[in-house]
This record gives sequence, C-alpha cells and structure tokens, in this order.
Amino acid sequence: MASEKAKKQVSNLPHMTQASQEEKRRQLAYKELVQKRKPRPRYLRNVLVAFVVGGAIAILGQVVLEFFKSRGLDLNAASAPTLAVMTLVGVVATGLGIYDELGEFAGAGAAVPITGFANTIVAAAMDFKREGWVLGMGAKMFIIAGPVIVYATLAGVAVAAIKFIASP
Amino acid sequence: MTYLYAFLVGGAICAIGQLILDFTNLTPGHMLVILTVAGAIAGGLDLYEPLLKFAGAGALVPVSGFGASIARGALAEAKRMGILGLFTGVFEYTGMGIAVAVFFGTLVALIANPKS
Repeated sequence: MASEKAKKQVSNLPHMTQASQEEKRRQLAYKELVQKRKPRPRYLRNVLVAFVVGGAIAILGQVVLEFFKSRGLDLNAASAPTLAVMTLVGVVATGLGIYDELGEFAGAGAAVPITGFANTIVAAAMDFKREGWVLGMGAKMFIIAGPVIVYATLAGVAVAAIKFIASP
Repeated sequence: MTYLYAFLVGGAICAIGQLILDFTNLTPGHMLVILTVAGAIAGGLDLYEPLLKFAGAGALVPVSGFGASIARGALAEAKRMGILGLFTGVFEYTGMGIAVAVFFGTLVALIANPKS
C-alpha cells in the first residue's frame, strides 16, 4: 500500500514509464514500511526499568549490608560478606531460572549489579558443561566475568600503586 | 535514608549501563568492563569511598563497586604492609564473592541445565 508521501515522491518523476513508476512506488512504500516496523530500542522504557530494577537490587544489598553492620563490622569489613551474599543470591536465582527472565526484562538493571556478575558465571558454567568438565565448564565459566576481573585488577593495581607511591 | 540513596545511586549506575547498551554498539561484556574499570580507577584514587559512605550498597553492589573494591583492597593492604600489599589486597573484599560464585555456581551447574 503506497502512502501519500511515497505517491508524491514518485509523481515528481514524469519521465518514468508507467510500469517503472509503479515499481518505484512499491519500493518506496516498502522502505517506509520497513522503517516503521524495524524494532527501535525503547530508550525511555529501557532506562527506567534498568533504574528501578537495579535500584531494587541495591536496596536488597543494603539490607544485607545493614545486617553485617549490625553485627559490629564497619563498612569496609562488611563489604566482602555483602558482595558474597549478593553473589549467592545471583547464583541461586540463576539456578532457578529466574535471573535469565529478569535479565530479558531489565537489561542492564539485572546485568550491572553483582548478582548479574554471578549470573554470567553460573550461566556459562551450565552452558559449557556439555563441552566437557575441564575445557568446557572449567575453562569457560569466566567467559564474561573473566575480562571484568582482568581489567579491574589491571586498573585497580595500577591506580592504587600510583596513589600509594604519591602518598604512602 | 540510606535505603533511598542506595536505590537512587544503584539505579543510576544501572541506568548508565543501559544507556551505554542502547546508544552504542558495545556488547554487555564491554559495558561491564567499562563500568568496572571506571569503579577501579575511582576506588584506587580514594574517590569511591565518599559514594560508598553516602549510598552504601547502592555504590557497592553494581559492578563499579566491585571494581572499586578491588582497588580499595589493594590500596588498603599497601598502606598496611607496603608495596607487596597491592597484590595481596587485590581480592581482599572481592575474593569471597568470586569463591562463592565458583563454588556454588558449579554446584548449580551440576544439577541445573540451561532452559533453552
């Protein structure tokens, strides 16, 4: 179905034969249709959902953090067990199949928290065990988490070294 | 009040991640590396600490907090025991999470299968 816009564009080309005009019109209409139907990322929806879901996971983390603080740990000492508990939450949720659905729904809202980091490890372990226990699961468990740890360690040690040497 | 700040800061960091995904051609893996390294740089310069104090888990739980924890551990140990502490401290705060992910992740992978 040629739209008004497509018709107008084609009628500007009087030198064309009837048949080729018809062909051109169809192409233009098709292009318009493709443009209309092509899935565009729903930017606003995506960013809002990521914000809310990521924030909600942070609140859960805060509950865990407050628990460890109430046991007499300071913020630094409480961060390791908090990260560990949140990791465990991500592991269990992945095993139950919940986290993959959350990931589809919330995008970065599920991927960015440490629970998503745990999800990448467990999901890779499940996926690659069919390639064998050693070279499959063992080797590829960190296929996404690995680069994160590598570059964080490189950047972290380098920057901490500079800071330490500058002001020991 | 910390809960509100945790929600806002944690949500904001995730929103930044989503914007990176939607407005660039970077994969989620690249996006995670960018956020983590940004956190590690901020953590190594002692700049992440104020955000942690302000927003608690909102700063700690996103991967940027993971990166910052790696750098903060290295810096804290270096201050305690000298330059070698950079390396002993790297996984001081994060090692527990990584060990949990490997151990329990493997257990889960033994009993569960991918859905599709």
